[in-house]
Amino acid sequence: MLITTTKGDMEESLLEKREGSVDNDIEMTTWVEYWYEGELVHRSAHVTLKQPVTFGDGVAAALG
Amino acid sequence: MCTTFMKELMLGQHQFGSSTLVSRTSLTAPTTDTFKAALFFASATINAATTAYGTTGEVTNTSGSGYTAGGVTVTNGTAPLSTNTTATAGVAYWTPTASFSWTALTVTTAFDALLLYNSTQSNKAVSAHTFGSQTITAGTFTLTMPSNDTTSALLRLSTT
Repeated sequence: MLITTTKGDMEESLLEKREGSVDNDIEMTTWVEYWYEGELVHRSAHVTLKQPVTFGDGVAAALG
Repeated sequence: MCTTFMKELMLGQHQFGSSTLVSRTSLTAPTTDTFKAALFFASATINAATTAYGTTGEVTNTSGSGYTAGGVTVTNGTAPLSTNTTATAGVAYWTPTASFSWTALTVTTAFDALLLYNSTQSNKAVSAHTFGSQTITAGTFTLTMPSNDTTSALLRLSTT
């Protein structure tokens, strides 16, 4: 599979792949990085927001 | 507060004071405004006190042209809805019908905020959303929208 990198499209097999995720009350985020000879050449991230913006009596009470 | 009123606020069906608006073409069947979503660097101040979109602190490309000033146009395929769960608890809610996505993007300065704003009405701010700081290198940044329901919708007006 070809990966878009800062050096142009490269075969994934030539790259070191690092992945991670964050899952908390605010967001669920995943990211993937590709490194080539110690250099970051690709990083993508995918964020899903979990906390809607809510306006209402409850919010007003919480804010005092 | 009546739940349907909250939905009607989202639809612009009540006017308590005089206001200056960009024309919505018709007084009785006004057109829908266009909303946009812009990204901001972690160093910017984007929060509930933000009144309108501005370029100060907005994400700029480290290289390439994956990000355009002003952000992306929000896909608004479903009008606001409202529902009552009890006689005293109701929610009006709305969520964009497509995720926000930037491709072929390189932004190596950390960004952590998104501002939703009304580009039809003088770029007035709607909501600010923050997330863990991100950088993108020759990649894609996607913000997936939550489910459009009473508990998860992106924007909620609630009586409780």
